[in-house]
Amino acid sequence: MLGPLNYVVWSVAFLAEGYVVVRAFAEKDFLPYFSLNFYMFAVALVSVGEYYYLQRFGFASVQYYYFYYYSDFFLTVFLFFAVTGLYEHVFREMKVSQYIRLGAALLLVATAAFSYLVVQQHKEHLTGRFVVELGQNLYFVGVVLTYLLWGAVLKLRETRARLVQLVLALGIYFSASAATYALRNLFNGLEFLKIIPPLVNTWLPLAWAYTFTKVPEEARLTTARLAARPSR
Amino acid sequence: MIAALIVVISLAALLQFFISYCRSLLATYGKVELSEQVREITGLEREPVTGEEFKRVLQLVRLCPDRGDDGFEIRLVGAYYSLLNAMRAMIGWLSPGIIGWAEHERQSCSYFAAVALDRRIMYSRDLLAQQMPDRV
Repeated sequence: MLGPLNYVVWSVAFLAEGYVVVRAFAEKDFLPYFSLNFYMFAVALVSVGEYYYLQRFGFASVQYYYFYYYSDFFLTVFLFFAVTGLYEHVFREMKVSQYIRLGAALLLVATAAFSYLVVQQHKEHLTGRFVVELGQNLYFVGVVLTYLLWGAVLKLRETRARLVQLVLALGIYFSASAATYALRNLFNGLEFLKIIPPLVNTWLPLAWAYTFTKVPEEARLTTARLAARPSR
Repeated sequence: MIAALIVVISLAALLQFFISYCRSLLATYGKVELSEQVREITGLEREPVTGEEFKRVLQLVRLCPDRGDDGFEIRLVGAYYSLLNAMRAMIGWLSPGIIGWAEHERQSCSYFAAVALDRRIMYSRDLLAQQMPDRV
């Protein structure tokens, strides 16, 4: 049974997702950040689907459970495309976008092949534990990809504040999600871990809504000062 | 075993990303010059602002009318300030460099709070001017 807090968290996330997409159209920002906006649009659609399954079948139903985790799987794939879009922004001046797209396609095929192999191994018992394990692996790939991207941002001394904040927000989202899934994999019985994924899901739309609204495209900052290491 | 490794690596990455994200917010506010009035009100007339003043200035911020567009930053920087305090207390003994770095970051947090206060005071003045155009 869901409490008022769950509905508040869901509403906040849905409003922020909708806001990012509508704002992108209104400010003609949709195409320059297509992969990010497309992901937000997909997340908003999934939120509507979740609400439908919740109302129709209930929180404890198998239908809701599988819709939640498998839609999460597809959203993670879309999020890989969003990371690819950010890679293209960072490496734009080096004109290597065709290699980035090729790399993204290979990564997607590799992820799909890996997932297929895992499904083949577990086809006799496609349990919740398997779903959690798959989510953990996919998010961890996201952590590695975003960490490499952040390394490139620092190395290339990227100064675009908007891009820097989009990458960092994504890094927080991927690492928090991977840690939560892995903790659930380790301690399956801990009930409080179930409330964390919806809270983490609220982070990305809120952070991106903030960045697109408050950080103009032309804003610049010194990236070298942002690295998380004691410098004095 | 793999899950435990993923937890450790992901939490380390989360910490790094979170610190860098908060520093990007603080860097934006660090470029803003404080008004003389806010320096007087808060008692932040000496340079640099100390890390200890963050909570006091934040209380003043909360007394001002909410602009409705700075809550996200204030919550995040508040969380970052708590994290810095925890880091100082838990791993500060490892190296004096960590304490020095954390104090520098806490000063940036205090400066951030002072800029937020400045903006809210300006917003309050604008509100007052709109409500009482003849008297202001």
